[in-house]
Amino acid sequence: MLQAVQQKNNPETVSLVTPAAQSAGAPLLTVDKVTLRYKTPNLLITATEGVSFSVNRSDRFVLLGPSGCGKSTLLKAVGGYMAPVSGSIHINGRPVKRPGADRMMVFQEFDQLLPWKTVLDNVMFPLMVARKLPRKEAEERAREYIDKVKLTRAADSYPHTLSGGMKQRVAIARGMAMQPDILLMDEPFAALDALTRRQMQDELLQLWEDTRFTVIFVTHSIAEAIKVSNRILLLSPHPGRVKAEVVDVDHARQDDGSALALERDIHNLLFSEPGHRE
Amino acid sequence: MTSPQIILAADVTTNRQHANVAEVEQKLGSLELIWGISAVRKTVLIIGLAIIWQLYASYLDNPLLFPTLSDTLVTLYDRFVDGTLPSRIWTTLQVLITGYVAGTVLAAILTILAINTRIGTDFLETMTAMFNPLPAISLLPLALIWFGLGASSLVFVLIHSVLWAVALNTHAGFLGVSRTLRMVGGNYGLTGLSYVMRILVPAAFPSILTGLKIGWAFAWRTLIAAELVFGVSSGQGGLGWFIFENRNLLDIPAVFAGLLTVIIIGLIVENLVFQTIERHTIQKWGMQE
Repeated sequence: MLQAVQQKNNPETVSLVTPAAQSAGAPLLTVDKVTLRYKTPNLLITATEGVSFSVNRSDRFVLLGPSGCGKSTLLKAVGGYMAPVSGSIHINGRPVKRPGADRMMVFQEFDQLLPWKTVLDNVMFPLMVARKLPRKEAEERAREYIDKVKLTRAADSYPHTLSGGMKQRVAIARGMAMQPDILLMDEPFAALDALTRRQMQDELLQLWEDTRFTVIFVTHSIAEAIKVSNRILLLSPHPGRVKAEVVDVDHARQDDGSALALERDIHNLLFSEPGHRE
Repeated sequence: MTSPQIILAADVTTNRQHANVAEVEQKLGSLELIWGISAVRKTVLIIGLAIIWQLYASYLDNPLLFPTLSDTLVTLYDRFVDGTLPSRIWTTLQVLITGYVAGTVLAAILTILAINTRIGTDFLETMTAMFNPLPAISLLPLALIWFGLGASSLVFVLIHSVLWAVALNTHAGFLGVSRTLRMVGGNYGLTGLSYVMRILVPAAFPSILTGLKIGWAFAWRTLIAAELVFGVSSGQGGLGWFIFENRNLLDIPAVFAGLLTVIIIGLIVENLVFQTIERHTIQKWGMQE
């Protein structure tokens, strides 16, 4: 399962995959030798094979890889939308069987908000149906998180009047307001323009500083992975296998060029194998 | 060594962003604005047609074939005042609403079954494929044998005309709900009926409304046609019978008045009722296709 990882000069940034050693106590989420397959009308496709990783509380864990490495499928499995063919996924020691509000998803698509509800109602709705909060309490908490994502003035607007970035902010507020065990983000900024994307990345980090939530973030952008994460799981494509894990990513800095160096290292690692071009 | 530089435009005013709005936006003339309202244009058209009708009928001067607009309106007014038309309209609407509601409820049950079970889907698809092309009015002779001459036969035919149109559109709407929204619903832990009611129905509302509109149009046309065939037996006929009866009496202005009433009620429901619902739902939500 564990691929041989190229040894780097800088062992701090790229290391061998190790079981979550640096955390005290049991990890929040464990994914153990998970193989995922899905059917198309005439093919059975293996999306990931024997993938293992674990996520600790307050991790900003990024699944990174070229298209076809099964990272989105992996996230869906963690979300409970598909069952692994073999292997197991546990959250807080409980096996994941179906979707649930303890793992709130933020999708890439802008249509993830319910168009018939205002921003406020969109954030309140899961609080009321899944958390069974009374209306008043739900509204209070929803407003708090809408403030956090700086959408106070748009609280009574309908989603179709918002820009793409604002919609993604609402989706993030909706996920965070539920205070889930893990926030699952499936390329949430991929459909945004480059300027908005950078801004959203900064805001996400700021929100994380505030509440220290746990998040799994799927992306295919190496720069984005380095910017938002503290740990990165690199996956190789066809089928998705773990190639390496990068830890302490948050120690990479923009100003001294270490982030750029890390980006180059990861790029070389991902595209080192011949025949595996994107 | 040269380095990049930013040279500001000479007239840049960074702190007054909206100072030059007046030059960008210009008001349209008031005549242009009024002509821009489609209701105004359509009213002008209708008035034009009414004038042509009046002039042509006066020129023809044959009330047995083509009464003037003024004759028609006078008859319409008379029949309203003496209570004939209101009671006919009421008879028709009672049957219509019974059939429409029953058909819609049946459609809802069928589609909910269809979205939750595979055999339900197959059932709905087979039934709509079979019965949707069958004009409801063609079932009337059969209905008359089964249920006798009366409102129940009409209701049966109406249910048939509403059910398949509404079920077909609702089901198509459910299937068209995006995968993301379905996953969002699952994420909230919604299943079964609450999932259908809270996610699928509002998400598919544009299609459902289209189905309801088509169902209404089918039902209205079917009912008037069915009443033309019979209706006197149910104690007191509806609008269709009113038209038929007055033709037999050669009271042609009353026939025109009846037809006008059918048109007006149809217009009111299609344009007023459904458009109001549309404005308050799918237009407000930005979901209009």
